[in-house]
This record gives sequence, C-alpha cells and structure tokens, in this order.
Amino acid sequence: MSLLEVTDLKVTFPTDALDVTAVRGMNFRVDTREVLAIVGESGSGKSATAMALIGLLPPYAEVSGSVKLHGDELIGLGDQRMSRVRGAEIGMVFQDPMSALTPVYNVGDQIAEALRIHQPDLGRAAARTRAVELLDLVGIAQPERRARAFPHELSGGERQRVVIAIAIANDPDLIICDEPTTALDVTVQAQILDVLKTARDITGAGVLIITHDLGVVAEFADRALVMYAGRAVEVAPVATLYAHRQMPYTAGLLGSVPRLEAPQGTRLVPIPGAPPSLAALPEGCPFAPRCPLAIDACRTAEPELRSVATDHTAACIRTDQVSGRTAAEIYGVSTAPPEGAASSGEVVLRVTDLTKTFKLTKGVVFRREIGEIRAVDGISFELEQGRTLGIVGESGSGKSTTLHQVLELVAPQGGSIEVLGHDVATLDRRGRRALRGDLQVVFQDPVSSLDPRLPVFEVLAEPLTANGFDKARVDERVAELLSTVGMRREDASRYPAEFSGGQKQRIGIARALALQPKILALDEPVSALDVSIQAGIINLLLDLQARFGLSYLFVSHDLSVVKHLAHRVAVMYKGAIVEQGDADEVFADPQDEYTRRLLAAVPQP
Amino acid sequence: MSEPVTTASASTAQSGLDVGGFASRRTLVRRRFLRNRLSVAALVLLALLFVGCYALPPLLPYNYTDLDYYALQQPPTLKHWFGTNALGQDLLAQTLRGMQKSLLIGVCVAFISTAIAATVGAVAGYFGGWRDRALMWVVDLLLVVPGFLLIAIVTPRLGQADRVPWLIVLFSVFGWMISSRIVRGLTMSLREREFVTAARYMGVNNYRIIARHVVPNVASILIIDTALNVGVAILAETGLSFLGFGIQPPDVSLGTLIADGTKSATTFPWVFLFPAGVLVTIVLCANLVGDGLRDAIDPDSRKPRRGKRK
Repeated sequence: MSLLEVTDLKVTFPTDALDVTAVRGMNFRVDTREVLAIVGESGSGKSATAMALIGLLPPYAEVSGSVKLHGDELIGLGDQRMSRVRGAEIGMVFQDPMSALTPVYNVGDQIAEALRIHQPDLGRAAARTRAVELLDLVGIAQPERRARAFPHELSGGERQRVVIAIAIANDPDLIICDEPTTALDVTVQAQILDVLKTARDITGAGVLIITHDLGVVAEFADRALVMYAGRAVEVAPVATLYAHRQMPYTAGLLGSVPRLEAPQGTRLVPIPGAPPSLAALPEGCPFAPRCPLAIDACRTAEPELRSVATDHTAACIRTDQVSGRTAAEIYGVSTAPPEGAASSGEVVLRVTDLTKTFKLTKGVVFRREIGEIRAVDGISFELEQGRTLGIVGESGSGKSTTLHQVLELVAPQGGSIEVLGHDVATLDRRGRRALRGDLQVVFQDPVSSLDPRLPVFEVLAEPLTANGFDKARVDERVAELLSTVGMRREDASRYPAEFSGGQKQRIGIARALALQPKILALDEPVSALDVSIQAGIINLLLDLQARFGLSYLFVSHDLSVVKHLAHRVAVMYKGAIVEQGDADEVFADPQDEYTRRLLAAVPQP
Repeated sequence: MSEPVTTASASTAQSGLDVGGFASRRTLVRRRFLRNRLSVAALVLLALLFVGCYALPPLLPYNYTDLDYYALQQPPTLKHWFGTNALGQDLLAQTLRGMQKSLLIGVCVAFISTAIAATVGAVAGYFGGWRDRALMWVVDLLLVVPGFLLIAIVTPRLGQADRVPWLIVLFSVFGWMISSRIVRGLTMSLREREFVTAARYMGVNNYRIIARHVVPNVASILIIDTALNVGVAILAETGLSFLGFGIQPPDVSLGTLIADGTKSATTFPWVFLFPAGVLVTIVLCANLVGDGLRDAIDPDSRKPRRGKRK
C-alpha cells in the first residue's frame, strides 16, 4: 500500500459565469521516502491539487474523488479532524515564508506551538528544547539564540528553514511543499533543497513538491508528474522524463528552459499560445490548440494517460512523433541566433565609480545617524551600442539600485554616469527630458508596472502624448507597437488585467519601445513569467535587439537567462562588481569565488 | 497561483471590445457605465429631480407660502398631491422648495469637499516633503477647529439669499479632512508602484501622473466619499436648521420639513413621509450612481460571487 493514494480528484470553483474546474481527475500515489514533483505552469491546477489534499481550499470550492493517506480517506473529513492530520501526519511548506510565520511570536515559540498542539502531553520546556534541536537540524547556526528571534530578524532562507522545521516537527509521513524555493535566491535555493533532502531522510516521509521550475525537479525529485489544464499529461521517473519525454507539452516545457551551456543569442523554443481557460475547455485534448503535432483525432477525444514504457505514462496519441526529436524540430522553429546588425563599438552608457549609500538613522525625536549602507560601492562598467550587458547578482547585491541610479538621470552621490555621451550631472531639465526618450525601462513585474485602470491603448499612448505626438500619429504608432511585440490591434481597448503575464510583459516592452529608445534597461523582465512564456519574451528581446540595434542593460538573478542574452556580464556581490568580462569567458571559466558558487547553485534540467 | 481563472469571453465582454478605432479610457468608462441599467436610471431620476424642483413650482397653483384655509392637515388629494400641513400649506410646493436648497447643498458640498480631499491628499502623498507637512498641518488644524460651531456663528449674520452659497462653502471647507488623509495614505503606496515610476521615466510630468494614474486608482474611495457626502451634507444642514442657524422659516429646506413632520409622523404621516421619501430617494440615487461609476472605472469589478456554501 502506498503512503498517499489519490484517485480521480476533482476541484471545482463555482463562479457566477461558469464553473471553473481547476483539477479534472488526478490520479497519483506517493510512496514512503519518495519525492514526487508536480510540475506545471500557473493555472495548471497544481496548487489547487495540493490544497485539496490538505483541505485548505476555500469553503465554496467543490472537491470530489478520493485521497487516501495510509488507506484512510481524507476527503469529506471535517475541518476539526483535518486539523489533527495537518501538521501531524502531513507537514506543509509554503512559498512565502514571511507570510507562513506569525510576525508577533519568536520562531522558537512557533515551532514549540506546532509540537504542543499535536502532542499535548509534551511539557513547555521539552517543547522548547525540541524546537532548538529542530532549528539545529535545518541548519540554523546558533539555534539557542536564534530561537528567540522574530521572523523579520531572519533572512528569507532562514525563514524557510524555520517553516521546514515546523513542517517536520511532528515527524510527518508526508511533506507537501508548494513552490518552496520560488521566492529565494539561487544559492539559498540550493541550500533549502539540501535541507529538504535531510528532512526527508530523517523523517522517512514521502515528499510532494509543487513547482514550476524544471531545474528544481531535476535536482530534487524521484518522479515527476507534468500537469496541464487540471490533468496529468505525463508521469515518469525524472531521468526518464528528461531523456525520453513522450508528450509534446513536456517537450515544449523542456525546450523553453534557458540553459547555461547554450551560446549567447540562442533562441528558445516557446510554446505558442496560452493555456486554455479552465472554465471553457475545448473538446478533445486541451493542449491541441497549442500543439504542433495535433491531428483531427486530438480534437475529438481527450486522451487518457496510458503506459508508454515501464513506469512511464503519457496522455497523448502522437507519442511516436515526440520521442527522439528535439523540441525545436517538434515545434518547427529555429534556435539559431537572429541575424542582426553588428555593434558599432560606440559606448552608449558609461558608469564610472558609481556610489550610492543609504543612511541608517536611529531615534524618533532626535534622529541621529548611526552609520550607512553602501548599496552600490564604486562600480564601473560600459555598454556598447547593439550589445547586452548583464548585471547578475542575488537580492541585496545592489543591482537594482544601480539600474535605478542610471534611470533617474540625475547626478549620482559619487562617480559619474554618461548616457549617449552626455554626463547626466551636467543635464538641465530639458536635456534630461530629451534623454528620457533614449533610455527606457522594462520592469520585472508586469502586473504592477501597468496601471490597472488604464486600457492598453492609453498605456502605450502615454509616453507619446507626454512627448508631444498628435492624435493621428499616436494612433499610428500604437498600432505599429502592438504588431512589433506580437499583439493584436483589438487588444488596445482592453485592460491589463485581462491579459496573461506574458502578454502584459509584451505591453510593457511595447511601452518602453514607444519613443524609439537606444538603450533599454531590463529589470528582471522574465523572472515573474512561466518558462514557456519566458522563452517567447527572450526571443522577442533577441529579435528586437537585432532589428533596432538596441543596447540592453539587463539586470537579473537568473544566470541561464543572462547567458542567453548577454554579450558581457558583470557579477555583483554586496554592492561591488566582483567579476566582469565577456559572458562566454565568465561562464566558462569563472575567476571569482562568488561567481563559481553562483554557477554551481543553478539547478539544471 | 491557481485561483479561479475568468473566462476570456467574460472579460472581453466586460471591457466592450471594439474592433474599430482605438477607444480611450473615457469612452470605455462611459460604455461600461451605460451598460449598468440601474445606475443610469438613478442618474436620470436624479437629473429629473434637479430639473423638477426648479421647473415645477411656477406651474403649480400654490406657492410654498400660500395658505389654503379649506384644507388643513389634509392627506393627499387630487388638489394637494402631497397633502397639506397644519397651516394649510401645500406640501408638494414646500417639498420642491426644500429640494432646491437641499439638492444644491448636497451635491455641491459633496463634489467640492471630495475635490479638495482628492487634490490635497494626492499632492501631499505624491510629493511628500514640505508639501506634505504643510498640507497635513492644515488638515490637523481644521480637524481641531469645531466646524459646526463656527458655521453656527457665521450663518445668522448672513441674509437669507446668501445663506445657501455660504452653507455650501462652509460645509465643504470643514468636510474634507478625513478623506484627504485616506487619499494621502493610498497615494503614498501608489507612488511606490512601478507604473508610476515608469511614467516618471517616460517623462510624464508629476501633475499629469497624479491626474492620470493616482486619482483613477483611488477613485473607488473618492466616489463612495462623494455619494455619502451628499447625504451627510443634507443632514448637516437639517441639523443646523433644527438648531435655528441654517434655513429659517418661512423659508424651508428638506431638513426643516422633516424636522417639522417628525412630531406628527404617526398621526399625519404624509407631512413626514413625503419630504423624508424625497431625501431617501436622493441619497439612494447618489449611491447607485456612485456604485455604477465605481464599477465602470474599476476594470476588475465583477458581480459578487454567488454565495455557495456547503
């Protein structure tokens, strides 16, 4: 008997228009000591599946099917009964450790609380001792002292360790992790995955990990289940899945992952289209509209999961067309770098000894300075026309501060910034305004970078009207921009919220291109997107650079993405550039210790 | 991650997809507002009330001061549609006369005070620094000044004709502080959002950013504030008149009519019901129009989820 047995699990969210079926009949099992990964893009129903298992869906959600833990049915249990299962037999690790912890109790108390709820006869002091042991177990240094720390005093990685400590506190049989490393830096991610492995070895529990990151799957899981539109489309041991995927969607997902070994400029294989709406699924295979191999039979009946090899099932009738072919062949696209104008070698952006410090103050009535943080500490770099400079670093390394210093176009605290030959310190109001048109920005989060109450047309028209375009030219330019980034003309009169993440980012890029800039600052433009969408945006950025000779200042924490786009990289650590050079050289032969650590931490599918 | 996804068709229908030229925000908002039948009806009714209270009195056989000695304390008849009061005054004429003042005061005060609140709050929140400190100092000052007393002192010194405009000004000046604090708080969080930064980097000037990005994003609170202020202003005037400072007899306002009618609300209900009904209608319409406008401006608004609970 397996540890967890899920049969025909369905989750439906009733809405006023149509019922949204987020999970449509999931069947899987998790064995003791096994790590099963559920992989899928946003909206595929993977989180709904996890929440249904532990009964944490909102009360209006309708759940049917069967979830058996050790042969005991969990579906239909009351909240009281489920509370005794949650935390005791099933441990949970959520995505955002900050909101998973209570801000007003210290972490030791929170772990002790988890222990005492499920083991009422455990004494206060014993629980406390056990909490410190658990903190030690998940790798927190000086556990005695850190147990008295509050969540905000810990770093993101440490917080996630505490959450893991709580999850394993009662020696659960099953640990469910919902995107446990998504909010963390790569080096921290690697550590957290190690902690999870340790946790599994110590408790002997089965692990169900929900993730969109195929690298994490490769690193951590034994078996993987690929989910699409609320159903499993392929299930296989991880090694088999990566080597012999049988389903076009899996092939597309793997093809769209940026890889460290690919040369600069390599186009990725995006999956065309967007995931279907779960409220109105087309007849037949839900992937058929995006599938390059779809035939008529695909559109009439939805294929069931069937065995294609030992331990390997796929829901596709065209598996013979998938195995043995590369994703680029299946999707019929070329991965060769786009042909573009060669760089003229002219330096468009020169930053010399840039310094930015933030003052630390203490006291309310009598503010006094107690020191300063050097967010950016004397960095220098150059960006050539038609080239991409990637600034890589983890959170807090000062890479975003650097970018915003450049974008502000005002004299920096220390050092100098020269944009297109103008020293920004010497600019007056008019000169600065003129230069704004040449230096534009694309932000990380397409949701917050677009005004939710402004239809797309006005979003794109804004930079134009602000710079004195008349109505007719605005209309013309907006239409042109929409087609440049691959959107339809009708999309102009819709609001940003009606678009998917990838489309929103396209709108963001279109807005940045509106004034025909020469330099584009990209602040993690793809890190908030799903892989298959991310691939499309990376391709778009490559094409635009080739077409318009744009220079990119590309800031990212994702080394594989930087590898695809950047000609030169600068690695930032604690406000300083620790290594700078041609991308190929830096990636192939890193000189700095930190660069090496960063590269080693990147999980590769 | 996997929250219920809305259907593409539903969301397309929401914004009114136009295949022709590019629709601006104004067109889209108007189209979405017009689709809300109830709000449009409320707006029409409000407009009719406004026009009616000025256009009807000259056509009526009775002036609001005329006394009909043959019909004292009469329930509604064909001759006196709303009935008469103890002096034999026609209640329809009186209600219309009262509406002229109350509607004017209500609507003007609501708009002016919300406009001040929006401007002060947005400017203080967006710019911060000395503007913020100065404006918030003014807010604090006005909050500790007993506005009602000040109005009570000022109004008796004014002639009957000046009272309505002065009441509007005074109520507006003392009615915006709390909302401007709220707007300031919302603006401060909006200022950190990337679309505001993006607009700044594109060379859009600050006041344009406030008008195009900040104000529409705090519009929900402003609209609710306006709609509620209509009722509050009318009631404030009632309170003032009741204490003998606002509108004084023989002139009437909705407030004085209701105050007079409450004494005999159970015995001669029409004396109370008609003016009170009109007041309720005005406030209800203002709120319905506000709701419709808020939904039209907010692209995320949907009809409430049907409450299906097990």
